[in-house]
Amino acid sequence: MDLNQFLVSTAESAQRKGPHDRIVMSSRVRLARNLKDGAFPGWAKKPERVRVLELIRPAIESLPEMKGAFSATMDTLGPLDKQLLVERHLISREHAARSAGSGVILNRDETLCVMINEEDHLRMQALRPGLQLRQAWTAIDRLDSELERKLSYAFSNDLGYLTACPTNLGTGIRVSAMLHLPGLVLAEQINPIIQSVNKLGLAVRGLYGEGTEALGNVFQVSNQMTLGESESSIVERLEKVLSQIIEHEENARQTLLEKKPKTIYNHIGRAYGILANAHSISSKETMNLLSLLRLGVEVGLFPTMQGPLVDELFILTQPAHLQKQHSEKLSAEERDLLRADMLRERLKPVSRPVARPGGGVPGVDKTGQA
Amino acid sequence: MLCSICKEKPATVFLTDIKGDKMHKVDLCEDCAKNKGVNDSTFALADMLLGLGASQEIESASGGVDVKCPQCGFSQADFKKSGRLGCAACYQTFAEGLEGLLKSMHKGTRHSGKVPENLRQKRDYSEQLSQLQKKLAKAIETENFEAAAQLRDEIKQVNNRLASALVA
Repeated sequence: MDLNQFLVSTAESAQRKGPHDRIVMSSRVRLARNLKDGAFPGWAKKPERVRVLELIRPAIESLPEMKGAFSATMDTLGPLDKQLLVERHLISREHAARSAGSGVILNRDETLCVMINEEDHLRMQALRPGLQLRQAWTAIDRLDSELERKLSYAFSNDLGYLTACPTNLGTGIRVSAMLHLPGLVLAEQINPIIQSVNKLGLAVRGLYGEGTEALGNVFQVSNQMTLGESESSIVERLEKVLSQIIEHEENARQTLLEKKPKTIYNHIGRAYGILANAHSISSKETMNLLSLLRLGVEVGLFPTMQGPLVDELFILTQPAHLQKQHSEKLSAEERDLLRADMLRERLKPVSRPVARPGGGVPGVDKTGQA
Repeated sequence: MLCSICKEKPATVFLTDIKGDKMHKVDLCEDCAKNKGVNDSTFALADMLLGLGASQEIESASGGVDVKCPQCGFSQADFKKSGRLGCAACYQTFAEGLEGLLKSMHKGTRHSGKVPENLRQKRDYSEQLSQLQKKLAKAIETENFEAAAQLRDEIKQVNNRLASALVA
């Protein structure tokens, strides 16, 4: 099966709406599971990993949720396909580096994705747009319960689900949300927020998870502890913290607009200027500027721009997505040129930002609210 | 982002150390990372991933002997290198050393939350069984033979259910 044909188009994927999606870009819950018999993937020899893969893969494919799913072993996916999956946050960078003996299964609408033989035999996750942690947990809980009838999990009454890394032991759950926090970053309040979130035992990471930078003002917040606390209580705790972060972000935006409107308009105007006119631009700069454009749309500076356009460009301008539109192999420099071409083209119909929200086009309200 | 040691070269190696509720981040350039032995094979990844002292804790619990998991052959030295365990049985093999570690990184040391359905049933039946057995002992002690006979039948039933759950 061709991954390119399978994946939901970027336009469609950017259209997906969810609660609080001004700030919460997506919610995800992942579970780590291992089979009772056999070494964990990092210690197992290749024939053993292949055996486990061949046991798990058909079990997942047979689940009703996985009807019409994309299923592949990692050795059959090219580097470009793997990178596409990473850029869509469907597999980890570590998993992309794997080959024979590992696999990936992705359901039709890209809301469920299972990695086989990543760090654990099974890493399954449910994804939802916006703030929908509970819905994501319910979905992955159901998948897990169906799967446990077909596979024998490594489980101990005391320690719960046994995982390769002791940090995932117990529930094996990681509940996380991807947040767009330009207000807190511009107001220079992000560091104290990160610190207090850390104090609550939650981790804050960059766009691509562990050890990555917060490109485009996007942060991932997730639980750290997995043993001694039930799944629903972890979900609840995260929901509480997230609703506070959302409130802080909204406040930061409001305060900036009231106290330093020129600073904000300046940042957004410059971001538009570069994105709409550059002839060479890196992926990193693009993300950081698109973040400001997204903020601009939300505060009403671009009454003519469709909101999802920014989110689509967020995905489309990343290296593998850019490469996939061109048949010849591109160097980083060539990608920068093509990225700039695409941005100029896609931003052509977007008029320059109005001087102040609601000031440009009559009849358009500043935040779209009455 | 600049290297947090030399503050000159851009950082390319990012270390995050979490101990209890404290997170410590170090961003290093290639040279400083090398100087600090990050790329060195003797650098304990376990320390980096699980908090400094993790590998030592496991080691001292075994009294300095390199314990190996009988199931998969994974050793303490391997744990020190990778910060991961080899198989499900490793949790028993290295139980003693892991206890303190788990205490420092998690909310508790006993699982609370989802239990696989078939195990949940088994656990429920086992609990029912031990309750019934206690009652039976009491009934016999008080020479309440009528109740004892009834309890014996109930125990038989639960035993049958447990047996079929174990087979499933």
